[in-house]
Amino acid sequence: MTVRVAFGRRGNRLGVALGAIAFAALAAAPWWGGRDDLQLLSEIYAYVALASLWNLLAGYAGLVSVGQQAYVGLGAYSLFALAILFGISPLWSIPLAGLIAAALSIPVALLVFRLRGHYFAIGTWIVAEVFRLTASQISALGGGSGTSLPAAVVIAIAPTRALRDFTMYWIALLLAAAVLALIVLLLRSRYGLALKAMRDAELAAACSGVDVYRTKFLVYVLTALATAMLGALIFLQKLRISPDAAFSVNDWTAFVIFITVIGGIGRIEGPIIGTLVFFALRQALADLGTIYLMMLGLVAIVIMLLAPKGIWGMVAARFGWQLFPLERTVLFEEAKQR
Amino acid sequence: MEWINVILQGVLVGGLYAMFAAGLSLIFGVMRLVNIAHGDLIVLAAYVALVATQTFGIGPLTALIIVVPVMAIIGYALQWFVLNRTLGEDLLPPLLVTFGLSVIIQNGLLTAFTADNVKLQAGGIEVATIRLAEGLYVGVLPLLQFAVAVAVIAGLQFIFYRTAIGRAFRATADDPAVAQLMGLDNRRVFALAMAASLAVVAIAGVFLAVRANFDPSQGPARLIFGFEAVIIGGLGSLWGTLAGGLILGVAQAVGAHLDPGWQILAGHVAFLIVLAARPQGLFAKVRT
Amino acid sequence: MPEALFAVRNLEAFYGDFQALFGVSIEVARAEAVAVIGANGAGKSTLLKSIAGLLRARRDAIAFAGEPIGGMPAYAVAARGIALVPEGRGLFPSLSVEENLLIGGQLGRPGAWTLRRVYELFPVLGQRRKLPSTALSGGQQQMAALGRALMANPQLLLCDEISLGLAPIVVREIYARLPAVRAEGTAIVLVEQDVVQALAAASRVYCLQEGRVALSGAAKDLTREAIAAAYFGV
Repeated sequence: MTVRVAFGRRGNRLGVALGAIAFAALAAAPWWGGRDDLQLLSEIYAYVALASLWNLLAGYAGLVSVGQQAYVGLGAYSLFALAILFGISPLWSIPLAGLIAAALSIPVALLVFRLRGHYFAIGTWIVAEVFRLTASQISALGGGSGTSLPAAVVIAIAPTRALRDFTMYWIALLLAAAVLALIVLLLRSRYGLALKAMRDAELAAACSGVDVYRTKFLVYVLTALATAMLGALIFLQKLRISPDAAFSVNDWTAFVIFITVIGGIGRIEGPIIGTLVFFALRQALADLGTIYLMMLGLVAIVIMLLAPKGIWGMVAARFGWQLFPLERTVLFEEAKQR
Repeated sequence: MEWINVILQGVLVGGLYAMFAAGLSLIFGVMRLVNIAHGDLIVLAAYVALVATQTFGIGPLTALIIVVPVMAIIGYALQWFVLNRTLGEDLLPPLLVTFGLSVIIQNGLLTAFTADNVKLQAGGIEVATIRLAEGLYVGVLPLLQFAVAVAVIAGLQFIFYRTAIGRAFRATADDPAVAQLMGLDNRRVFALAMAASLAVVAIAGVFLAVRANFDPSQGPARLIFGFEAVIIGGLGSLWGTLAGGLILGVAQAVGAHLDPGWQILAGHVAFLIVLAARPQGLFAKVRT
Repeated sequence: MPEALFAVRNLEAFYGDFQALFGVSIEVARAEAVAVIGANGAGKSTLLKSIAGLLRARRDAIAFAGEPIGGMPAYAVAARGIALVPEGRGLFPSLSVEENLLIGGQLGRPGAWTLRRVYELFPVLGQRRKLPSTALSGGQQQMAALGRALMANPQLLLCDEISLGLAPIVVREIYARLPAVRAEGTAIVLVEQDVVQALAAASRVYCLQEGRVALSGAAKDLTREAIAAAYFGV
């Protein structure tokens, strides 16, 4: 008898097919959408990716960080520094910013991993604050009030405004898709199995030979890298940066957490659903300003108390759905008779 | 002499930080909960004091009589109706719920009071100084605030180690299941602990309000200072928390003296150094 | 038999989907000592936890002084005068010996047991009263746990394997104190793997086997063979 591990179930093929169609439709957006549509879609992609990364960190690796804005801002500032101070092409600066952030995340991880649980969370927040305060001290990039991307750099992205819009849109789509794909691949690898084991029972996982510390470290650094690339792209699109915007707890952590909680923590589909709900709410309610934010907070609390698995969690538990083929099944096959 | 003055100011403000931290430390000690809304509750207390002084025409220190019970009741209700439901193995629910709470409080205060800076006036006591030595003056208010901080910590120590409710806190923290066997309802014990924590928050909030301008967005910074003080001092020790607050205050004062823009950064750096060199804190007493 | 102070009727208990007790019934009279014996995993601790309120039970499955108490939370059960000496002692490490005893008396139920009387019963505790409870030896910890339960002045004392991990001479010392407990009118349920000690101390015995009562009767009436058969299920 042989043993084989298979991924996914029949329903997944439908999900993957739907995903491919959606991707093609979205890639064609420059032809059917206007400038505003492209910007809105880019924002949605960014949040789907940021939320998926936070989900990977908190829902799978058990590292609940409220300081990921550190890497959004670091990525953004790295890009601006590389492009403005060192004259590197802005598009190439995106992956470079990611690498810089990954490098910096290593000493950060060594420090904050000394804290556990809630204290880890606040520790990451403090690190983000340190980054923010340091950024406001860099006068070459505008200090506390920030700076704009010079015209020369903007032109370097693409010669015409339309081409710039399209280029950055496609990069946003590609980056988000790549992040999702990498997350799925990671979870299908043996690191993924380790993560799922750690999520369910860390001590038991460690006893089974999972190197918990190293796995967490790896996930933390990879997440920092991807988050920074997203931050670089986001602020490249905004054309302007400031410490408060780049390291905003609200924009890059509170909203991200909200999205993940509503959509469903620890499930890949969660952040996608959550982002769609978040943007729907925003379109409907943003006029209400602070009341809108209060409602977000209230909704997050209610969901956490009543439906801690989020929307997708409830749906998946009820119907057993799964969009991405991730569930492992062990198949026993009879040995071929001779 | 100049440096002695700087350190002295740091020590005095450190007392305030220790008060921010004491409430946090208490809650973590009893129920392993870190309340992300802690700083926002301090700011809320400041606004409650504002309303109390305006409505009744009393001074801020007198307003404590109103603010402390109000915040204690809020704490009890918050724990009983909301936070008790989040306690358990998983640390995400309490973290996310208190995070949501933080957002709600900040924006609620913003809606009710706008983003304008406000400050409570305490009258003559604000500018009164005492001369300690040649060229060494210390403000009466900071000194009072420091003394209150020490008194609060001493009071909490007394409650924890010399009263029945303190025994109940420690027992429930050790083993909630066995504590139930003693007839202790965990939900009530936790609610009382939160009430105590917010009573301390109330005092801290009033002193914050008198000391400097405040506005709804200042919560997170207070949380961070409190948290840093707890970590520097070491988990599980209230006197350690006081020491942590003092060290943080001094670090910030030294940083500010070197360059005003470095004040808060200096505090963060001190925290990170302690985290790197002695992660359990300087005076840690208890297993985490 | 005098009217039962305490009765368990058809008690079932589950850990998630796993059923640990299948319709267990026992009765205890006032000031009576009853032993519950059985092999590891037979469900003895589960029985005590259900009675104490640490595990959910059906409302009418447990009756105490005529009142149904099944399903009540543990603190409510304790308030009614049922004290559990938990498996593994369960002393509070952050509290001193004396503080552990004092918290046992938290409820302030009136009765014969005071700090002074507990120290009379276990003098060694009095000598070590200010020490942290973790500084006691195993036997002393068991005495402290017992003393803590007595401080609640319970009408029913549940003892979960108090002989576990202790030398026989220490176990005898502890069991020698139990008559003093019964003299104050407290009924005792002794869950034990040490069958000899349990039979010596109790007037009636129940033997559990895989979640069911396999044998019950007066201690003096049961033969060794019958008990072995019930214990091991042969």
